[in-house]
Amino acid sequence: MPAIEILGLEKTYQVGFWRKRPKCALHPLQLTVEDGEIFGFLGPNGAGKTTTLKLLMGLVFPTAGSARILGRDWTDPSVKAQIGFLPEQPYFYDYLTAHELLEYYGQLSGVPAKQRKLRVEQVLEQVGLRDVQGVQLRKFSKGMLQRVGIGQAILHDPKLVFFDEPMSGLDPMGRREVRDLMEQLKHEGKTVFFSTHILSDAEALCDRVAIIHNGELRGVGAIEDLTSSVQGKVEVIWQGTQVPASIKALGAECHVTGDRVRAVIAENQQDAVIDILRRERQRLIAITPVRTSLEAYFVEKLRRAETTAGRAS
Amino acid sequence: MKHRQKISIIAGACLVLSLAASAIVLHRTDQLRPQATLDEVLFLNSPKVIKRASLGYDGLMACIYWTRAVQYFGNRHHNDAVSYNLLAPLLEITTHLDPHLLVAYEFGSSFLAPKPPFGAGQPKNAIELMDYGIQNNPDNWHLYYDLGFIYYTELKDYKKAAETFERGSTVPNAHPFLRIFAAQMAQHAGEYQTARMLWSAAYQTSQDQLIKQNAVEHLRALRVDEDVDHLQQAVTRFGERTGRLPASMAELLAAEGLAGIPVDPDGHPYKLTPEGRVEVRVPDDFAFATKGLPPGYKPQPKFHSQAQ
Amino acid sequence: MRTRISHIASNTFREAVRDRVLYNLIAFVLLLSGAAILVGQISIEIEKLVVINLGLTAVSLFGVVIAIFIGIGLVSKEIEKRTLYTVLSRPVRRWEFIVGKFFGLAGTLVVNTFFMAIGVFAALFYVSHKFVRADALILVALYFIILEFLIICSLALLFSSFSSPLLSAVFAFSLFVIGSFAEDLRNFAGMAHGVSRWLATGAAYLVPNFSAFNVISSIAHEQPVAGQLILQNTLYAVFYAIMALSGAVLIFERRDLK
Repeated sequence: MPAIEILGLEKTYQVGFWRKRPKCALHPLQLTVEDGEIFGFLGPNGAGKTTTLKLLMGLVFPTAGSARILGRDWTDPSVKAQIGFLPEQPYFYDYLTAHELLEYYGQLSGVPAKQRKLRVEQVLEQVGLRDVQGVQLRKFSKGMLQRVGIGQAILHDPKLVFFDEPMSGLDPMGRREVRDLMEQLKHEGKTVFFSTHILSDAEALCDRVAIIHNGELRGVGAIEDLTSSVQGKVEVIWQGTQVPASIKALGAECHVTGDRVRAVIAENQQDAVIDILRRERQRLIAITPVRTSLEAYFVEKLRRAETTAGRAS
Repeated sequence: MKHRQKISIIAGACLVLSLAASAIVLHRTDQLRPQATLDEVLFLNSPKVIKRASLGYDGLMACIYWTRAVQYFGNRHHNDAVSYNLLAPLLEITTHLDPHLLVAYEFGSSFLAPKPPFGAGQPKNAIELMDYGIQNNPDNWHLYYDLGFIYYTELKDYKKAAETFERGSTVPNAHPFLRIFAAQMAQHAGEYQTARMLWSAAYQTSQDQLIKQNAVEHLRALRVDEDVDHLQQAVTRFGERTGRLPASMAELLAAEGLAGIPVDPDGHPYKLTPEGRVEVRVPDDFAFATKGLPPGYKPQPKFHSQAQ
Repeated sequence: MRTRISHIASNTFREAVRDRVLYNLIAFVLLLSGAAILVGQISIEIEKLVVINLGLTAVSLFGVVIAIFIGIGLVSKEIEKRTLYTVLSRPVRRWEFIVGKFFGLAGTLVVNTFFMAIGVFAALFYVSHKFVRADALILVALYFIILEFLIICSLALLFSSFSSPLLSAVFAFSLFVIGSFAEDLRNFAGMAHGVSRWLATGAAYLVPNFSAFNVISSIAHEQPVAGQLILQNTLYAVFYAIMALSGAVLIFERRDLK
């Protein structure tokens, strides 16, 4: 059973004061997220990622379409007990301490009292806030707030967790911690759905991704499948101070740093370059396949979309 | 969606039902304490305090108190009350908040002075109110008229009435009848004609419904008084001539040589009692009549709307 | 369901306390004790009257101000600060949220009033040196004041559910003023004709009617309060609060939270 099935969810806002003009934030979206995977929802700012999440959370009502979460209708209140949500740049009741906040949220989620006490302790430990649990949230840094946010999202041990831009505003340490936490959640058998515009995070974590732009879905699939559609490249490093003319003639990108030369060539040129280097008696240091980045795929997709839109208008 | 719709329906039903329920309870509470806000006036009757408390919005407060005064009097009058304690304070507050609210003075002159159940029975308060009004509106001739009216009708102080009408007649643009009244007071104060003139003037110069109705009732009563007076004099003459009382109205009329049957303003013929008294058929219709009422009869106020 | 509402309510109460709202009690106590001492020294035969009038009026006004200022932020602040997102992603129904907030705010005001009442009685004792049976009427006046608070809370919550804090404050305060003159509004309506009569009458019944709740002057003069009136006022406050809250729920249930 898929964890999330989005069946044509659509949202159009009426913008303007007197004469309302429709603004489509999300075109009808068809998407499935499997159980137990980490799913990335990628797109530039304003693409419709947060709108999708808010629709699934029931914070905003769709113009059309429906969704199923964990096999049930997404408006079913009982679904909420099984999911966790971390909104973008979250803000919590700043007059509460971390401990009190988690207690409160535990109460609201219906976690029984005895279990709650235990769970709050566990979660505080897990997100690394045990030592500051008595400090009021108004004194927390951004990173600490993010961790509290994750804490409240997983407190009631949900099967499915939604994160909206979980790494935004975090320093590299913080981002690493959040990544580790998400990996841990996957190990516990949970499904993670998170939106981001930082592609490197998605590459590092996700099993599958979806790309959204201007409210429309542009591509869905596993990262390898997406990136393999673009031709592979190979990076060759050898010892030397200049690039042989024949290699330059192949159209390689070359960089010289000290006594090392680095050239990026097409995969099918690999053998030719090795022959040239042997002839020129250059010492080969390394040959590494360069996986096309998700970024390249992403940029290409968006550019293609814009061209289509340009041609259409 | 279904859940949301269910909640919306329940909330909508709650809203409508509780609105209705609150309106019903409010209505019942009103009946429980018909003068809710007015009771305060008993305790907070210093006009200066209220003026300060209204934070400069005197005009609005004056309107509100004026409305309360009218409602107060109207409600009590409708319920045949015998006391109108709050009328004077209410009018005092109203006029202190807005000294130029002329209708308030008029109202006071009509209903503060007369005895209950037609008014508060406080002529002194009425005179004070009018004096205050004249002080603040020296160019208004109508206030002199109202003041003179009080002296004439309630206090029967014809000298003072004449003085007041005289003073009023010197105001620029004063109505000519003030001079006439001044003269009338001097010589023919107690006559029906004079009274009729005054009450007609009151009816014509006022815009307020209650005051007009009051004037109408007085005029009707005057007719009755006059008619009964004449008829009673005829009975006396009859007695002097024949040494006995007339057996019926018809006999009296024949003796006087009158062709038609005398009727009261409502068209009912006057009746002659065996004791020789001339009476109206329906005393309740003539609240202010002083003659032609059965012995021991107490007048009940009842207003008609048309002058005759 | 009930536990969720009570949790939201107690959290709202906790917020009010931590927000140092209850510090207003200090201002109140200072005002009242200052007045009591001043009046007690002048000895003008109406010390008791002044203390009761001033004390109860202050309780009423302080409470209304607090009710409005906390109430308007109850929902709109949560939407603005997005604290609401994580709450509503839990099995909390939107209507439970409104109801819980209401009870939290009402509870705060009751506690506030309780402490203020102690202050009033203390000041009273200072000027009178004893208590008489008629002083129990002060409790009735306080009860009515609390009923007024319930109505104002529900209105503040209603406006907060769809409008910004500033506008909500303006609306709530306006309704408080109009409500004090609601009886006059009904009189005006009674004297109007035609369409304006219907409109005015409708408006007069729609706005809160506070006239019957203000018994401060009369109990200061030791006038008794009819038991029937206590019952009717209670019913009116309950029905009116339900009405305003139903409105709040209706609006909030359909609202997109941007």
